[in-house]
Amino acid sequence: MERRLDSFSPGQKGVVKSIDGDCKIKRRLFDMGLTPGAEVVLRKVAPLGDPVEVTLRGYELSLRKAEAHAVLTEV
Amino acid sequence: MKVALAGNPNCGKTTLFNALTGSTAHVGNWPGVTVDKREGQYRKKGARIDIVDLPGIYSLSPYTPEEVVSRNFIIDDKPDVIVNVVDSTNLERNLYLTTQILELDRPVVIALNMTDVLQKRGQKADAGKLSEVFGVPVVEISALQGKGLDEMMRAAAKAADSPRKGASVVDKVPAIAAICESAREKYQSAGISDIAFRSVKAIENDSLEKAKHPRIVEAVRRECNDEVDYEAIVADARYKFIADRCKDVVSGKKEGVKLSKSDKIDRVLTHRIWGIPLFLLIMFAVFHLTFSEDFLYLGAMGAIPEVAEPTLVNDIFGNGAINAPGTILFNLMDIATSKLGEVIAGAMPEGVWYSSLVNDGIVGGVFSVLSFIPQILVLFLFLSILEDSGYMARVAFIMDRAFRKFGLSGKSFLPLLMCFGCAVPGIMATKTLEDDKERRMTILLAPFFSCGAKLPIWAAFGAILFRGEHSDLIVYSMYILGIAVAIVSAIILKKLVFKGEASPFIMELPEYHRPQFRNTMVHLWQKLKHYLFRAATIIAGATVVIWFLTNISFTFKFVEDQGDSILGQIAQVFSWLFVPLGFGMGEDGWKYVVAAFSGLIAKEMVVSTLGSFAGMQDDALEVDTDQLLSTALGAMVSGMAGGAPAAFAFMAFNLLSVPCMAAVGAAYGELRSGKRIWGAVGYWMLVAYVVSALVYWIGTYWWISLILVAIVAAAIGIKIYVDKTKQKRLAGGSERGK
Repeated sequence: MERRLDSFSPGQKGVVKSIDGDCKIKRRLFDMGLTPGAEVVLRKVAPLGDPVEVTLRGYELSLRKAEAHAVLTEV
Repeated sequence: MKVALAGNPNCGKTTLFNALTGSTAHVGNWPGVTVDKREGQYRKKGARIDIVDLPGIYSLSPYTPEEVVSRNFIIDDKPDVIVNVVDSTNLERNLYLTTQILELDRPVVIALNMTDVLQKRGQKADAGKLSEVFGVPVVEISALQGKGLDEMMRAAAKAADSPRKGASVVDKVPAIAAICESAREKYQSAGISDIAFRSVKAIENDSLEKAKHPRIVEAVRRECNDEVDYEAIVADARYKFIADRCKDVVSGKKEGVKLSKSDKIDRVLTHRIWGIPLFLLIMFAVFHLTFSEDFLYLGAMGAIPEVAEPTLVNDIFGNGAINAPGTILFNLMDIATSKLGEVIAGAMPEGVWYSSLVNDGIVGGVFSVLSFIPQILVLFLFLSILEDSGYMARVAFIMDRAFRKFGLSGKSFLPLLMCFGCAVPGIMATKTLEDDKERRMTILLAPFFSCGAKLPIWAAFGAILFRGEHSDLIVYSMYILGIAVAIVSAIILKKLVFKGEASPFIMELPEYHRPQFRNTMVHLWQKLKHYLFRAATIIAGATVVIWFLTNISFTFKFVEDQGDSILGQIAQVFSWLFVPLGFGMGEDGWKYVVAAFSGLIAKEMVVSTLGSFAGMQDDALEVDTDQLLSTALGAMVSGMAGGAPAAFAFMAFNLLSVPCMAAVGAAYGELRSGKRIWGAVGYWMLVAYVVSALVYWIGTYWWISLILVAIVAAAIGIKIYVDKTKQKRLAGGSERGK
């Protein structure tokens, strides 16, 4: 099933399928390791509901929900 | 020989740099951007090697100033060898940068850092294997324990001797192999270096490469398919290569069934409910330790007896309470400088003009520079600990949403909070903000937070205006006014000056580390040097200039009465400019103008300047605030031509205008641009003028506030109407488009 990263609940896993959005943000997400095939786990949501923290490639990354929305995953 | 250190943020590069260079390090600035450039020397057995610490980066993309600076340095300045520092506990992402660095025509040595942490986890890194994969020397080090550094430098020196051609890990990928080959030929025939790097960049349609070699990039792009996302293919290929070829470099299973220590700490500090209260508590603790005169509220609890005749010990450590460490250091410096000042004053002949120049001008200027050092050091001690431990990244994480609306992030909270104590360390603390827009905006808001030096003004005016009965209300009203102006100002600045989307928030949350004593000390020392070199010249210079303006007349005579001085004369001519603000009105109006302008040097001078106009010596001003009304100053202020509204406007002007020359110096140190610092000074004066005028007019004619409300309501109404019609037009347009 396809799902965007911003709709994950804590603990949920997925595999990155593709990333859309403007090229600056997209490139940044690629550089941080969110490339197709990468496994991501949503670790937690910040106390105010945004941003979120994900684990990928063995480290922790935080990004806003708006940016997480650009990440399409297969769960 | 010149060595460049390159690597991801949080890979231990700073620790390595500090360990290699020691006291030879100095911090400069990369041309054109506010990114620190750190350089130093490695000295061992007669060898002297220059070391440049490139900013921490994740990639060589053209999108952030740090990446651009690093790229340009490697390509244009041609360091003899690049030492790529790689965090072995986070190999996959760290090697992503390595694959890009290796495309450049420079000798490279990979320093496999944090091997000690890896060992503790029961894992091991295989340097030989990594060296085989990439074809460059790999050295295991631990920057923290100083292990392997000499070996690394030997490997670097050796590698520097033999030239190296860049190699790419992505040029054999089927989707781009053909285009890559043809791009390489194009660069080759044009005789350009760094072919492997440039050909990949051309395929990515990289903006920097396009600007440098437009014809080649265009030719390469013509062979590309516009539908295909080449940046995705290249990034994907790099990560695939790493996952494929480097999966065995680190062996041993991470003992990670139970939560690591870092995870446990994180669970508490970013907890859904406790995260924010803990953050506020930590921030308050830092503030309390730096500025408080009643440490742990022992005094308020009655635990410390008050002494009737305070001794030197009381002056330093407090009377009836214990001072916080920051305040104790501040008092020590204060007492030392004032004693020294007395000695110098005693050595000067009395009654000649140059005594005053030396005592009040030069010595005063130098001492005012020194007086900020204790609290800068204490604040930066904590800041450095919070930063090194990894907590500051979490602060940004938990507070991002609350601050984003104002174009700020959670990280600007601490600098702004510090401004309640003193704007100088507050402004210097904006260094921790990565985003240039955010940093500039935080600096612009800094003076609006009422600092400690403004408190005596509120206290004096509170005592005089309300006979001391509600003076606490006056103090509160000033704090609230400052916060309100800061919020409105942030919204307006975001709409008009710092336009555009907030910068993306895609940030690594590094593991928690115990802060390193050595790194903290190096950080403090660099901060102090930075302050002394950048801010001090402005502070000391301005103090001397202002001394001339307030003590010398237009005929170059030393004056006894400030009213005859250059500033006094100018103020008398231009006090009409301050009539709309209420306090410029009447016979005494110019006196308030001079006092307000003396406040631009330091807010401590406002009350004493007014006092001297009222014919009071400084000692006479040291009465209890409830008796202030019966003094000459009390008589002068209660007799203001504009009445209480004018007094409030005067306070508002002091609250919002340029806080002091020291703050201007600190702001210049951070903005590093003459244009921007004049812009900031102009902005503060404009805000002070406008808000004071509003305070005066609303205080005098309350119905003006109704007009203001109507104007704001009308503006919001128009905005909503315009947005709606715009939406309609867009909706209509898209429908017609179908």
